[in-house]
Amino acid sequence: MLEIKNLQVGLEEEDKQILKGVDLKIGEGEVHAIMGPNGSGKSTTSYVLSGKDGYEVTGGSAELYGEDLLDMEPEERAAAGLFLAFQYPVEIPGVGNMTFLRTAVNAQRKARGEEELSAGEFLKVVREKAKALKIDADMLKRPVNVGFSGGEKKRNEILQMAMLEPKMCVLDETDSGLDVDAMKLVAEGVNALRDGKRSFLVITHYQRLLDHIKPDVVHIMANGKIVKSGGPELALEVENNGYADILAEVA
Amino acid sequence: MAVTNPKFEASEALLAAYTTPVGAAWATEARAKAAAHLRAIGAPSKRDEYWKYTNPAALTELPTPSAALFTSDEAPMFDAIDRVKVVFVDGVLDAAQSDDLSLDGVEIETLAEATSKDIHWAKELFGVLEANGQNPVDRPLASLNTAVATEGLVIHVKAETAKPLALRYIHTSESSDAMVHHVIKVEEGAKFTLLESGPGAARFNSVLEVDVADNAEFHHVRTQGRDHERKTATHMYGRLGKESIYRSFTMTVNGMLTRNESVLEFTGDDAQATVGGASAGDGKDFHHDDTVFVTHDSVNCESRQVFKKVLRNGATGVFQGKILVKADAQKTDGYQISQGLLLDDDSNFLAKPELEIYADDVACSHGSTVGAIDEDAMFYMTSRGVPKAQAQDMLVLAFLGEAIDEIDNTDLADDIHARLAAWMERRRG
Repeated sequence: MLEIKNLQVGLEEEDKQILKGVDLKIGEGEVHAIMGPNGSGKSTTSYVLSGKDGYEVTGGSAELYGEDLLDMEPEERAAAGLFLAFQYPVEIPGVGNMTFLRTAVNAQRKARGEEELSAGEFLKVVREKAKALKIDADMLKRPVNVGFSGGEKKRNEILQMAMLEPKMCVLDETDSGLDVDAMKLVAEGVNALRDGKRSFLVITHYQRLLDHIKPDVVHIMANGKIVKSGGPELALEVENNGYADILAEVA
Repeated sequence: MAVTNPKFEASEALLAAYTTPVGAAWATEARAKAAAHLRAIGAPSKRDEYWKYTNPAALTELPTPSAALFTSDEAPMFDAIDRVKVVFVDGVLDAAQSDDLSLDGVEIETLAEATSKDIHWAKELFGVLEANGQNPVDRPLASLNTAVATEGLVIHVKAETAKPLALRYIHTSESSDAMVHHVIKVEEGAKFTLLESGPGAARFNSVLEVDVADNAEFHHVRTQGRDHERKTATHMYGRLGKESIYRSFTMTVNGMLTRNESVLEFTGDDAQATVGGASAGDGKDFHHDDTVFVTHDSVNCESRQVFKKVLRNGATGVFQGKILVKADAQKTDGYQISQGLLLDDDSNFLAKPELEIYADDVACSHGSTVGAIDEDAMFYMTSRGVPKAQAQDMLVLAFLGEAIDEIDNTDLADDIHARLAAWMERRRG
């Protein structure tokens, strides 16, 4: 499980505090959602958890199953079981999607002291999982995310998630840029990975995604803090009334 | 008192250091002309505009600077390919290690044999393309080569060959100084692939003169060996006939000093040429220079120059590339790209792209970029669990791969790609 305590984060390059004491505990198998207005610190939370450069942690902690995430390199966090589905998946010209995926899977296995997958074994698994996400052979062969549509990029993220089998999945605005059908497909992909043990943190602006990926807990983030937590009904309240009421109520 | 210019002292010293080869009158004449040209222009100096970015001292100094031998347990390059193999040891053909010089559709002679015959087709090419390439830019190391080289092959391609000719240059002496000169004539409609690999010698000077007749094809793939201390100067001259195809690619990893000059001239319409290179350099001692001159003197021809260099720990990469489009060379399509990927702040990439165009109906484009590793891609890859060093190597390989992809033969391209990947993996440990 993921436990974030009083996490405080600023930018490395400028004197600006973004997270001002975030507390969050996601138990095994749980799905939590974070909603909040633009600039509230949602994406920063996901980047800091996964180890992106440019942020300075000035206080607090983040642990995944007791392991201190903040002390690790991004690849170590991945091997420890953390996965971030990017809001804007990065295009990598010249690196084949399949090659990349296999390198990542085997690098994580190696880091955990597990046997690496052979090309044949890998191919078998990836084909099966790709099929469920309607990812064709051509998409697997092309360079990572290059020339992919918005929907293809997001499905590719979910394929990576399915192949890497993380313990904790963070989805950063996975619904952005998706039409309804694409969102359904992505949500089905995510739901297929819910096995009672794997945990999810879904960052989104809209209630819509949460119709498909049903959260156990919804948090509202504002100004670098979680200001309110509740059940799925909280997302509906945001959908109907916006953030103003909630923010006024906690101010 | 007469003031002596060190350039001319150096050219005299170089000519005196090598034995003038004995041969037929036409060969002697070509050699004498090259020697006279070298005397007239002098040895290259770092004060020369054409050597502004590359100090030629180690390529001309006497005695030859030594280079430690390098051993590796890798399978030699192009070993897995069905080919005719010819081995040069420190620049000298070693018949015992070579296959018979026989390939259907091709006549292969040694330079010594060909230049001893009173009547030989090579008269029209030996030293001729090299001499043509002295204008408008001096190429003194090529003149020296023509004047004194006794080793090399003279190859007459009359048909499409079933397999490539692979020249392997082995370096076994720390002080070897090799001069190798090859002459190739690809007849109308014929098709030929030349492979070259290995460092060759402590100091290696090679000249390749290739005449590609109408409708003929010449393919060239070269890897220059990973000896850290070797010094290399190569000149490749290509003359392209009507509707001919010329493709050359060079992979360079390590080597203290490399200067690869390519001089191509389109003389027939509707021809295509590509000259490309990928190089990887590590350390302050590494200096790699690609100097290219493409002259369009015929209609509707297409030329491509694609060069990629990845540099780290103070390594230096140089690109000087020119496209000259003469007034009658309408419908020319000239493309030139040179890119440096710097893995740290200590490394340098110096580029001088040039276009000189006298025709008015042409499409020429050129670009030169220098940059660092894409940090967003690095984060994306490491966030998937790929260790940093491995992620960086994947990005480097992708970068160099764009040049490697210029090789038409995908088996050869895949081979080079795979070796590069394996080398990087070993280096990561």
